[in-house]
Amino acid sequence: MPNNSLRVAVLSGKGGTGKTLVSVNLAYVSSPSIYVDCDVEEPNGQYFLQPDDPLSLTREVIEVLIPTIDPVICNGCRDCVEFCRFHALAFIKNRPLLFPEVCHSCGGCERVCTRGAITRSKRAIGSADNYRSDGIQVISGAMNIGESSGVPVIRHVLAISNNFPEETIVIDCPPGSACVVMESISDADFCVLVAEPTIFGAHNLRMVHELVCRSDKPFGVVLNKCQEGWNPSEDYCVDHGIPVLGRIPYDPLIGQLSSEAKLVSREYPATERFFREILSNIRKEVAK
Amino acid sequence: MRIAIPVSDKSMQSAVCPSFGRAPYFLFYNTVTGEEEFLDNSAVASQGGAGIRAAQLIADRGTQTLITERCGENAAEVLTKAEVMIYHSIPGSVAENIDANHRNELVLLETFHKGHHGHA
Amino acid sequence: MKKLLILSGKGGTGKTTIAGAFVHLSGAPAVADCDVDAPNLHLILHDEVEPIREEFCGMNKFVIEDSLCIRCGACLEACRFDAIQRNTKGIYAIQVDACEGCAVCAYVCPVQAIREKEHIAGDLLLSISDRRVFSTAELRRGGGTSGRLVTEVKNRLFARTSEDSPIAIIDGSPGIGCPVIASISGVDMVLIVAEPSVTGISDLTRIVKTARGLGTRIAICVNRFDSNLNKTSEIESYCREENLSFVGRIPYDPEVVGAVNRGLTIVEADCEAAVAVRKVYEETMQCLGLKEI
Repeated sequence: MPNNSLRVAVLSGKGGTGKTLVSVNLAYVSSPSIYVDCDVEEPNGQYFLQPDDPLSLTREVIEVLIPTIDPVICNGCRDCVEFCRFHALAFIKNRPLLFPEVCHSCGGCERVCTRGAITRSKRAIGSADNYRSDGIQVISGAMNIGESSGVPVIRHVLAISNNFPEETIVIDCPPGSACVVMESISDADFCVLVAEPTIFGAHNLRMVHELVCRSDKPFGVVLNKCQEGWNPSEDYCVDHGIPVLGRIPYDPLIGQLSSEAKLVSREYPATERFFREILSNIRKEVAK
Repeated sequence: MRIAIPVSDKSMQSAVCPSFGRAPYFLFYNTVTGEEEFLDNSAVASQGGAGIRAAQLIADRGTQTLITERCGENAAEVLTKAEVMIYHSIPGSVAENIDANHRNELVLLETFHKGHHGHA
Repeated sequence: MKKLLILSGKGGTGKTTIAGAFVHLSGAPAVADCDVDAPNLHLILHDEVEPIREEFCGMNKFVIEDSLCIRCGACLEACRFDAIQRNTKGIYAIQVDACEGCAVCAYVCPVQAIREKEHIAGDLLLSISDRRVFSTAELRRGGGTSGRLVTEVKNRLFARTSEDSPIAIIDGSPGIGCPVIASISGVDMVLIVAEPSVTGISDLTRIVKTARGLGTRIAICVNRFDSNLNKTSEIESYCREENLSFVGRIPYDPEVVGAVNRGLTIVEADCEAAVAVRKVYEETMQCLGLKEI
């Protein structure tokens, strides 16, 4: 990993607060940069950051290891069935049976098999797209529908991001506060929490605030869709001494452009300064 | 013939438990001897794959028929491979379900719900 | 009892705001919030009863007993989830959030220094008031919504509600993973709240595909339709092509934010959006086969 790199993770308690808006625009104003989409159930950054050259887009299939049991070597002792905490294995009519989508790839069954009947094979669970877009290296991870966990896909896209020299890395995290979010921020130097000005927004801000506090990483808040009137999320920041990195006003034009998946800091130049200000405040906070 | 039914209580008057994988007990009924046996379901504490585990339990006891309200697709695969017939339970007690089965009034369970993939 | 699930592929479409309005309009005696990662419905329902709490266990996790540990590092090497760390003092510890409970570390430990420990993933909450039964859950540190948890939230609700109740309204989980599939299981109809945008349409098609796979009836409405009329038309065409019921569109209305912040459902405010939501509600009830309740 490059020494001067700044890894910024962008989170929100729920979707739709403007997490992707902030991520893609931060990547743009800090270019040359890397944008990593860890929202692997709904990777949307790719719509805002179109490839310079679609033909040069590389897609890597992401695989996990699952066991293959040789029915000839297997003696039916069922140690593997009993060991598996996830109950991914059964033994019926003298044959072992694996449920690949239940398997967590822990390798336990392979270890307990005294006959060496278990070897490893691969199973695809998602993919990672990799391409350049206007000075930004885009790494977009997608989990296949119905999979139980996005964690292996997230690990993979974060690993890919280490192969590029660009110094600023923006990580677009999944919404919420579950294990996939923890995984996404694991290497971050700083966390940006995006919040909207409703009681829902403040409630969800609290949840993701608790998560970042546990991670011991420095963080700040971006208030999005700010309007006249009471902003419960801003009050929350004041009450908890959380630095506000920037305020993006509610603006129908920002909404319109975003709905067309356009990069507002490029298409609507007046907004560029919001994101430059956020970036500058992030750098100040990190320097402290 | 051996019949298995997921139950909420250890009684022939118990209702059929709405969950298969997480039923607290299973009733094993032998239609030839009339023997009734209630077994604790070791899968009940499972975080994931409970249906698979419960199906293994059922299959291991040489069951030919399972009467249940619902069943996941993974459990159904285990049961089908073990040649266990899966019937849809009727409202009422397990005693009533066994009678209905005896009179060939039960229908096969056609739809199986998606598994929860063991992610807790 | 008809079970209506309200979903959106992506977050922020207004799903919870609409669910709240539907609860208010229908007087539904059975309500569940399955959006356990970010449960918001209670903020506008105001049930004001102390919920009945029940702990919900996740996978058992593992803990290293430092007094027995011989610092061989076998566990760290064996863990496929990078959940074991060695600190600067040479002490090995398992990170609770990363531990998946596979038991491999306990298996490889030569001195049995690793023990299993019950892990409380969250709390199931059941609020019983005169108006209704409300079921939801709260997660504890680092856990995630699981299909099993969503199923528990729903089951707890149905266990306490009479089949004679006309309707149950369930606020669903976002995304396309297991929790969504668990939400959809067993419901009579899914109402998808769509956002008229490139990303909104992408997420809509993914969620329709997911719901279709389970054979449930699907209805779609568009929220904040005037933020992009072209995309709204695209969604309406999509519904026609795919034979999905389009139940209406709701305009962007600044009054909504104000109402939500005052803890009201939209239909309790006097505004354009309220009128539109009522229409969507009527259409949805018709699709469900329920007369106006």
